[in-house]
This record gives sequence, C-alpha cells and structure tokens, in this order.
Amino acid sequence: MLVFIWIIQLIFIPFFSPLCIGIIRKIKAKLQNRQGANIFQPYRDLWKLLHKDEVISSDASWIFKFTPYIIFAVTLVVGLSVPLFLPRIVGFVTSDILFIVYALAISTFFMALAGMDTGSAFGGFGSSREMTIAALAEGGFIFSLLTMALIAGSSNLFTIAGLTRSIDSQSFLPAILAFGGFFIILLAETSRFPFDNPATHLELTMVHEAMILECSGKRLALMEWAASNKLLIFMSLGANLFFPFGLDLNVGLGTIVLGMFYFLIKIFLFCVVVALLESSIAKFRFFRLPDLLLVSFIFNVVAIGLIK
Amino acid sequence: MLEIITSSISFFTLLSFFGVGAVGSLLVHKNNKNANAWSSFFAIVGSFWGVFFSIIMILRKKSLLFDLKTSIFSLFNISFHIDLLSSFFIFVISLLALFCSIYGIGYIRHYYKKYDIGVLGFFYNLFIGSLFLVVTSSNALFFLIFWEIMSIASYFLVVYDSNDESNVKAGLLYLVMTYIGTSFIILSFLLLYKYIGSFDFLVIKDSIALVPAVIKNIVFISAFIGFGLKAGIIPLHIWLPAAHPAAPSHVSALMSGVMIKTGIYMMIRLFLDILQPIPLWWGLVVLVVGSISALLGVLYALTEHDIKRLLAYHSIENIGIILLGLGSALTFYSLNLSALALLGLVAALFHTINHAIFKALLFLSAGSVINETHTRNMEEYGGLIKYMPQTALFFLVGSIAISALPPFNGFFSEWLTYQALFQGIAQMHFWTQWIFILAAGSLAFTGGLALACFVKAFGATFLARPRSKEVTHAKESALSMRLGMGSLAVLALLFGVFSGYIISLLKTIGQGLSVFKDSASAVDVSSAQIINVSNGFSVISGFGIFTLLVVITFLVIFIFKKIINNKQKECISNTWDCGTDLSPRAEITATGFSRSIVQIFSGLLKPTIQHHIEYYDDENRYLPKSRTVTLNIGNMYHTYFYQPLHLVINKLSTRARDIQNGNIDLYISYIFIALMLALLVIL
Repeated sequence: MLVFIWIIQLIFIPFFSPLCIGIIRKIKAKLQNRQGANIFQPYRDLWKLLHKDEVISSDASWIFKFTPYIIFAVTLVVGLSVPLFLPRIVGFVTSDILFIVYALAISTFFMALAGMDTGSAFGGFGSSREMTIAALAEGGFIFSLLTMALIAGSSNLFTIAGLTRSIDSQSFLPAILAFGGFFIILLAETSRFPFDNPATHLELTMVHEAMILECSGKRLALMEWAASNKLLIFMSLGANLFFPFGLDLNVGLGTIVLGMFYFLIKIFLFCVVVALLESSIAKFRFFRLPDLLLVSFIFNVVAIGLIK
Repeated sequence: MLEIITSSISFFTLLSFFGVGAVGSLLVHKNNKNANAWSSFFAIVGSFWGVFFSIIMILRKKSLLFDLKTSIFSLFNISFHIDLLSSFFIFVISLLALFCSIYGIGYIRHYYKKYDIGVLGFFYNLFIGSLFLVVTSSNALFFLIFWEIMSIASYFLVVYDSNDESNVKAGLLYLVMTYIGTSFIILSFLLLYKYIGSFDFLVIKDSIALVPAVIKNIVFISAFIGFGLKAGIIPLHIWLPAAHPAAPSHVSALMSGVMIKTGIYMMIRLFLDILQPIPLWWGLVVLVVGSISALLGVLYALTEHDIKRLLAYHSIENIGIILLGLGSALTFYSLNLSALALLGLVAALFHTINHAIFKALLFLSAGSVINETHTRNMEEYGGLIKYMPQTALFFLVGSIAISALPPFNGFFSEWLTYQALFQGIAQMHFWTQWIFILAAGSLAFTGGLALACFVKAFGATFLARPRSKEVTHAKESALSMRLGMGSLAVLALLFGVFSGYIISLLKTIGQGLSVFKDSASAVDVSSAQIINVSNGFSVISGFGIFTLLVVITFLVIFIFKKIINNKQKECISNTWDCGTDLSPRAEITATGFSRSIVQIFSGLLKPTIQHHIEYYDDENRYLPKSRTVTLNIGNMYHTYFYQPLHLVINKLSTRARDIQNGNIDLYISYIFIALMLALLVIL
C-alpha cells in the first residue's frame, strides 16, 4: 500500500500538469472568442519536442546541459512531498514547509544560471528579472505557509491539510489573508500574469521564456514540463492547505476516490481563476511588481498577528 | 592514551606547533620554498592535531581547567578553561586552518620573489595560534592580550600585499576600528572588575550577583559593541569589506570563517554563560541587530562587483543569521524557556560552523580565480568554467550551500534558525512577537536575496563568454589548492547529509554550558537521524532529502536519456545572435544583473548615476566623443552614522579648545583655582 501511495504521489503531478496548461489555454481561447487547441495539445507538444534533435550553444557549459534534468527532478521531489488526494504517509521527512520553499529555490537557481550560461542578452536579463521576483517572493511564500502552520500547530504539509478541516471561526480571517498572500506568490512563482506572460516572445515582457530561449528539443520539453509541474504543485498547495475539504486522512478506496474527485474539482476551479485573471488584467510594469509582492508579505504578517 | 590527548600537555603541544611554525619560518625566510614548506607543514600538523584534540574532547564530554602560576601576583595567573564550547570553537578553527594551510602551499607560490614568505608564515602561524588562545583563555587580562595578538597578526596579514596602496589604507581602517572595539571590551571588563575584584571568568561568573543591574546593562552594551565590531555587525562593519579582500585569500578565508566568530564566541560566553540571569531586552536587541545586519549585508553584497568584497558582505549577512539564533536563545532563556533557548543556541552554533566551511570554500575558490586573472573585478571574468572547471564546481557548491539550498549544510542551519524564530512567533505576545516576526521576515528575504546574489556571482564569474583577455590565459589551479577546496566542498555536503548527527553533538555542547545543564531541548534527533523540533512541529532529515534528490535526479536522467528515444542528435552551434556579431558586451554584467534589485531598494541603497559626455566640439554639443556612466551606491551608514558622529566629536573638540587655549596665564589660574578648591574641600 505504501509503495502504491508513493508511486501515485510521484507520477500524479507530471501526468496531469500538461492538462492544466491545456485547460487554461482553452479557457483563455474561449474568452478571446477563439476555438483554441485541444486541451491535450500540451502532451502532443511535449512528445514532439522529446523526439526532436537539439541545438546547443557553443558557449554553454555542463550547467546548461544538466539544468533541465535537475529542475524536472526537483519538481518531482516537491510533487511527491505535497498533499494531493492521498492520505498522510508516515515518516514523510520532505513534507516540511521550508523544504518545499528551498527545494523550489534550487530549480530557480539552476534555471537562472542556465539562462546566463549561453551568453545571450536575453538569457541574462531573464535571469536577472526572475531572481528579482524570486527574491522578493520568498518572504510572502514562507510566511503564507507559516500562517497555516501556526494555525495547524505543525509545519508538516499533510498535517496542515488535515487539521484545518476543523478550522474554527477565529482562524478564519488569518486563513483568508494568508490565501490572498499565497495566491499572489502562486502567480509570481509560476510566471503567470501580472508578473510574466507565458505566451510572449517579446523581449520587453519576457522573464521565464527569456531564460529558456536557447533550449531546444528534449531540454526545452523538460523545462516546459517542469514549469507546468510547478504550476500544478502550487495549485495543489493552494487547494489543499487553504480549502481542505474532501481530503480524508483514513486509508480506504472510497475515501481516496472521493478525495480525488474533490481535488480535481478544486484544481479545475484554480485553472478557471488563473485563466480569467489572465484574460482580464494586463501585465504589470516590472517595477510595480515589488509592491504586489510586498502586499503578499504584509497580508501574511497581519494574518500571523491575528492568530490567537 | 586518550587521557594524554585530552590533557593540558596536549593543548600546549598544539600551541607549540604554531610557535615553532612562526619562529622557524622567520629563521628560514631567506629561501622562499623553505619558508613556505616550514610554515605550511607546522600549520597543517598543528591544525590536524587541533581537529583530533577537539573531537576527542567533545566526544568524551571533557572539560579542562588549568593555569600557569608564572608570577607572584595572583592577578596575572594565565588560566585556561577548555569546556565543550571552547572545544567546539577549537574544532572550527583547526578544521578551517587545516584546509586553508593545505591550500596555502600552492597559493603562496605567486608571492615568491615579490614578498618575504617567512614573514607571511610567521604572522599566519601566530594568527592561528592566537585564535586558539582567545577561545580558551579564562582570564580577562590575558584574553585581551591574546585578542590584541590576534588583531595585530591579522593586521599584518591584511597589509601583506603592501605594493597595493589600497591594502595599506584598508589595514589602517581595520586597525583603528579594532582599537575602538577593544576599548569597549576593556571598559566592560574593568566595570566587572570594579564590582567583583577579579579578572578570572570563573570567579566573575560565580559572583555575578554582586554586580548591580545598571552596570550589567552597561557591560552588555559595551561588550556587544566591542565584540560586535569584531563580528562585523552593521553599522560597525565598515572595516570588514575593506580588510577581508586585502588579505591573501587563504587568510581572508580564516578571517571570515573564524576570526569574526571569536566575537560570537565571546557573546555566547558572556551573555549566556557569565552574566546570567539577563533581562529580556538583551535578547531582543541582539535579534534586531541580527535582522538588520542580515538584510543590509546581503543588499550591499548585491551592489558589489569586487568578488572578495561581495563575499565579505555575505559574512556580515551570515553573522546576522547567527545572531538571530543567539538572540532567540537569549530571549527564550530570560523567559525561562530553556528548551527553546537550547534550540536557538544549537542553531547559532550550527550556522557558525557551516558558515565557516562554505565561506572558506568561497574565499579559496575566489582566490584561485584572482590568482589566474589578476583582478578582483567580476566584470572582467566570464566563461571561467571552461578554463577552471574544478574551481567552478567548488564555487558552485559554496554558492549552493550559502544560499541555503538543500541538501547542503547551509539549509539545515537556516532551517533550525527559522524553527527558533517560528517558536518565538508562536509563543510570544505583543511586541516580543513582532520582533520575532521581523526577524523571520528578514531571514526570509535574506535567503531570497542571497540566492539572487550568488546567481550573479557564479554567473558573471564562470558562465558565458570571457569578458577580458586575462580569462583566456587562465589555467586550473595547483593540486594543493584544489585539495583544500575539494575537501571543504565535500564537508559542505556531509554536514548537510549528516546534519542529524551534527545537531545531536551540538546539543551536548550546548548542554555543557551551566545554564543548560539539565535542560530538555526543543530539538531532538531520532535514531534514524530525523530532526524533530518541538514535539513534531517540524520534522526533517538530511539523509532522507539527499537520497530522494539524488535517486530521483538519476531516475530522470536515465529515463530521458536512455528510454525516451536516445537516437536524436545534439549539434553544437552559436548562440542566437539577432543577426549581429555576438561579443562579450552582449552578455549581462554583474552590475546589470543586480541593478533592478538595487533600483527596488533605492530608498535604502541610494544609488546614484552620473553621466559624463565629452564632445568633439564643446561649443555646439552635437557629436559626443566618449561617454562615461558612473554608477554608485550611497553610504547610508556613512551619512547617518559616521558623519554625525564625526561632527559631534569635532564640536566637542572645539569646545575643549575653549578651555585649553594655549594661554599660559590661564593655565596658571586653573592651577590656582584647583588648589583653592582642593584646600576648601580638605578644610
């Protein structure tokens, strides 16, 4: 049973993350009065890229070559550690809030280095922007998870997801504030509007796309795939830590199926919200982003102050 | 056998190695090679003995107390007290000295025929020896003497490369600041002597109840200024980014890795051990100062493009993080939460040794780069990973460790520090809680900014294309240098993977202090090396994280390289150049990389930009001949701290001149008035 849970935890995120991207793109297309591609198109894109030949810059070092693998592996490790719809696994030492934050920082670190490695001007400014956003997002990210940890009395993600089920009215307001802060970080860390435009190739607005500009073939596929994994990881964190219905701590086929049902609905709603947001607001000017990230941090500081 | 190793004789053997190393290298200074061999040999053997000695002392939980009755005055007894805390610091010092000395064998070679190697060997050995004396001395008078030897030896090491004018200037600043610090330390010891009548730390500790609370507060403030100056807290840090880059790199590594930690050692010794019980506000002051140092340290580091100054600013940041651990320990202890206080102390000690390891590693690899490129300016590097692949790997390990990324050691000590602060947030109320929130917030932003800073440092130095000709001549550094760096890189990983074991050892060291003698601890390590804080509030395992990351990374590489279509080709081609020739000028520079962060924090950093354009014809300014743009960072602490201070001192001196105006008649009248007053008082 334990091995079964481990394997599901490990493969769920990479298997379903391209679907989320597909759904978001489809909703955005509908809102723009377009037909839009099939929601399974991201899978076809990945499959195509995985079978293409690659071009690697002559300036690139082993950092550039290994980064896609490292980033993808990190998203798998984090995906394994966050609560999805399965019951708590005993002795999960990686489900700590700080480990999640710093493990995702590994992928940011290597992605930024890979961006600089090819020596193109695009990669360099992409890395610079990404690190600026990541540095300022860290405070809000840690504090939003900390708020929930303080409410639950544990920094283990599974415990938080389980305990806030019996959330009392006193911790209601802090939880809402923390979710507000978390949602801003979700958009920042997964390079969505208003921080970054995932569909752009215009140098003024590029952040994430600028860093992976020199990647091609298999490496590009891994980078894109890792980015969508990260999106699903953040959405499951948001869904399970702040809206913990349906997640049952008891092991049993019925509870798991029910949990999965609830989980998929919550993720779908997150996709809808992200797509609606991307269709309705414009990208912010770069130097206005720190204000938004600071708002996230202040939300959480207030939330912690309100916990009693 | 073990009895002999853990005896006072063994400790004096340790010192004598460095004594012989110091004096001997002066004797053979005529021959560069011999001097290098002699000083390095004794430094290596001595530090090896130190590692061995301290490990056995810690594992056997032994403490030593002995003195040399050299004089008839009991005041001047040299007494040593090596308890577990001292042993821990001996371990840190000797561990670092070992690898820095190994590195030194190869590194010193480029000073041959330029400078006297014997002098370097003398001060180097003297410096390490004095570090050992500082952390073991148990008498305030001799402590001050050893403290001065340490400062002076390091001063001469800072100005060793004396052909460079700026080094001499940096040395002078260092010397002046050190003396200001020492005077504050002397003040605090004299105040204690006034009420207790002894300079012996153990006696002071036993009769601390004799000291009134006001005096204790003054002692705290002056000791915190004095030792904080050595540790490099903001705003007393100005000597640090000047002096550390000036010294030879293996000495910078020791200065940043261990010398500034002697300030931390004395803070632990005084505040947690000797001056107990303490009021609540001491701990809160340490927390606030720690938060400010951490955040400002990393922000100033981001603005630097001198690689060694950048690392020096990161030392300030990490001292801030250590102070966060120590400050929470002091706060908890003054509220009688000794289990949590022990958690804070363990976090501080763990970060002390971790910072020593990765900072030394970074300084040594920066030294290798400087050795090959002959410049400290990061804008002139670029692409070094192809010329110095191993050095690049070592620097990368150091960058990952200092940015607190798992599974390296920096992550686990910052994790523990976070836990101490989280417990403070959870259990404190009102403004104490707000200070803990401020501290945790500053730690969170510091982590993110440090990450950005090391992407910049590694990227600008090692990645992309060379930005100067010097880089293309660079070669991989000598074997002994790679050995020194490689061992530290391995240690950075091992201290992360086996963090559970290290933490349980540090717990025993903390319990060696009398305040924690029988106290429970908020951090527990299970038999499976799982670290558990406050009964399951947080659980983590270094080994588990390491295994998971490695296994999954290999799995991913295997699946994507071997299973999914391994027949496709990888062809090497140019970076996309937008149709123009790619030159190094297309790459992002270190300054450019951090410019957006500097812009965001412009309220704190006060960046300035100056344009200077020279025209062909000054009359009608149409055709510019050359353009210069100067970017600068305002010195906030200079404007708001040192300049007002300078003004006040100047004003006071002018007032003093009114009394002392050089007129001899006036002086005679002073004598007359004083005499009259004296007579009046007596009669």
